[in-house]
Amino acid sequence: MRLLAIESSCDETSAAVVQDGTTLLSNIIASQEAAHAPFGGVVPEIASRKHLEVITPVIEQALAKASLSLDAVEGIAVTQGPGLAGSLLVGISAAKAIAYARGLPLVGIHHIEGHLFAVFLEKRVEFPFIALVVSGGHTHLYLVDGFGRYRVLGQTRDDAAGEAFDKVAKILGLPYPGGAVIDRLASKGDHTAVALPRPLLRDGSCNFSFSGLKTAVLQFVRKNPVPLEGGALHDLCASFQAAVVDVLVEKAKSALLETGITRLVVAGGVACNSAVRAGMSKLCGEIGVELSIPSPILCTDNAAMIAVPAEFYLKEGIRDGTEMDAKTVWPLDTVSERMKV
Amino acid sequence: MPAVVSHSVEETAAIGESLGKLLRPGDFIALAGDLGAGKTHFTQGVARGLGVSPDICVASPSYTLLNEYTGRIPLYHFDLYRLDGDGDIRDLGFDEYFSGRGVCVVEWADRLVSELPEEYLRIEFILTGDTERRMEISWNGSRYGKLTAELVRMHPAKA
Repeated sequence: MRLLAIESSCDETSAAVVQDGTTLLSNIIASQEAAHAPFGGVVPEIASRKHLEVITPVIEQALAKASLSLDAVEGIAVTQGPGLAGSLLVGISAAKAIAYARGLPLVGIHHIEGHLFAVFLEKRVEFPFIALVVSGGHTHLYLVDGFGRYRVLGQTRDDAAGEAFDKVAKILGLPYPGGAVIDRLASKGDHTAVALPRPLLRDGSCNFSFSGLKTAVLQFVRKNPVPLEGGALHDLCASFQAAVVDVLVEKAKSALLETGITRLVVAGGVACNSAVRAGMSKLCGEIGVELSIPSPILCTDNAAMIAVPAEFYLKEGIRDGTEMDAKTVWPLDTVSERMKV
Repeated sequence: MPAVVSHSVEETAAIGESLGKLLRPGDFIALAGDLGAGKTHFTQGVARGLGVSPDICVASPSYTLLNEYTGRIPLYHFDLYRLDGDGDIRDLGFDEYFSGRGVCVVEWADRLVSELPEEYLRIEFILTGDTERRMEISWNGSRYGKLTAELVRMHPAKA
């Protein structure tokens, strides 16, 4: 099927056209980073207003880039949750309007389900696989048995990995978004320079904790004020990043060894981080696991990834009506309920 | 100003749990203090005190802004960390939760200005050592004065 997909759950407004859940025809992402930068984070009121301003041109651009009109679209996919109601509703309302006006099937997709399958736009991964989703709001390990069949193996008990990057960047007085800045500075530093904790590293679980690491950086900075430039800053960034990577790698390894599964997918915004990619690559080489990480553009929030599970559901006859509402709270492992229809 | 002192992350959660056990629907707890001061750990304790299952992770809502939990009483865990500047919180519809059937715990609550309910308990977390935290308690409304007295009685400062 040729699907038009829409995503507006957080900072990005995005629309994409995808053929058969595998071939990306267009993927337009309007980032709100510039609008948010002065605030050091997302201001939800700005977020929903900006989504509203750009949603129509973004959809038009997605169709134009794919050289298609709405006549050629066979179904509509939209991120239904979780996220901020005001932001989600902009995408959902647009999706419902198009589906209703054109008589097209519509399906709402869980945002994280999109991340799990983003890599399918570049390569097919056999089931089952282990997925590590790392972003500002998520640090979760899932066992993926198929579309709609997910089990949570572990998750963060406090801060998400991306949140730790952003908060540490703020502690160090670095600009937003902090993750990319820390990655760049860390590449010039010595990752063994500052001893930082690796919380829950050897607790035997697949759970994560990054709040203690953030606090350790804070305590270090209070005792050793770091100049905003130069070697000391680079070393601290490198040491912090290495601690995050060590924990992510060790937990992914536990999940793989525990389940005996030999395929790992890493997704979400933090999967853009160069040290995360290198660490996962090294791990998978050592233990003989097939590693799949989407290109950076598909790691960040985007609409194309939403079309992948949507293709599956629509083919199964699973669809939503125009009464579909935003699900601000939506645990991923409850998605399977729709499979019993 | 009444205060309690915690010497560890675990003690911070235990103090939160004591408070959680005393709460009832409609209560509003405003938390303030720097990054790494223990606001999320405290809220994890409040969740346990409200009967949220220990199997449920009460994680930071910094990105999601609001996480909801089911317990003896529903818990609405807000985090306004990313609301720097003049973001208009009223547009988010959060005030609908503030007088609802659950307990609201709001991190970075000082970013609420006119939206703060008339009666509330406010706890400010102060870093006084590597693991030591001082929690200074203020309030508006007599019910919260009684809650404070009870919490201080349960967690007296060690000599």
